[in-house]
Amino acid sequence: MGNFLVWVVWFVAAFACIGSAVAVVSFSNPFFSAIALIGNLASLAVLYLLLAAEFVAAAQVLVYAGAVVVMFLFVIAYLGGRADAPWAGRSTWQLFAAVIAASALLLEIVLAVGLKAGGRLSDEATIDESFGSPAAIGRLFLSDHLLAFEITSIVLLVAAVGGVVLGARSRRPAEQQVEPL
Amino acid sequence: MLGPDVTWYLAIAGTLFATGALGVLLRRSPLIVLLSLEIMLNGANLALIAFARQLGDGSGQIFALAVMAVAASEVVVGLGMIVAMARRRLDLDVDSLTELRG
Repeated sequence: MGNFLVWVVWFVAAFACIGSAVAVVSFSNPFFSAIALIGNLASLAVLYLLLAAEFVAAAQVLVYAGAVVVMFLFVIAYLGGRADAPWAGRSTWQLFAAVIAASALLLEIVLAVGLKAGGRLSDEATIDESFGSPAAIGRLFLSDHLLAFEITSIVLLVAAVGGVVLGARSRRPAEQQVEPL
Repeated sequence: MLGPDVTWYLAIAGTLFATGALGVLLRRSPLIVLLSLEIMLNGANLALIAFARQLGDGSGQIFALAVMAVAASEVVVGLGMIVAMARRRLDLDVDSLTELRG
């Protein structure tokens, strides 16, 4: 019974995930794309919970749905009508090449997973209750992966500085008004 | 493990990655290219977490969190560039941006 229930949850989450991903790519209005991304992220968080990654699921909802999508919506609102990107204008060979490249990528992944690892992935390791909990993640971050933790903070700092530099209004000499004495 | 085994999660991850790649290659608006990049990163994250569960090793989840931080940084810089492009009255079209110097 429990097994059946998990399958049902997995099916719903997986179809919501792929459906909203296709919606993000195919909507012509970026506002709807950003809203569809929220659905994609939420259904991915459900899949993470099924894989015993509680902390990552919570971080996913907080970081993505809470911060990233809000930032996207702010920029889309700032740009207004200019953000709209109609489908027309791409030349046919570009469209053709893009579809070929993406399906080649998908085929490659499916072949790699199906042929190389297909039989060996059915028996997974047994895990205890604390796997994926905030305590376990924190212990790993501050012991085995301390360097990754510190580098992550530097990356975030550099990105924040870069965002400020890009967003700051550039003051060209010609634009500066010289006040008469 | 209850429910589907890791292969099914990897199939979802691969489909997400390919869908995101299609969006990056196909769309012209830099905003939608960034949104599609998020989907690609999330597909990679799902594979990392599925393998973490498969091997019973928490390092995959640590890696997924690091990828999340990189994705957030990428969005900050990317959106900053889009706002800068809009300020300079450049066309918001990835095909028409052919030089770095504005």
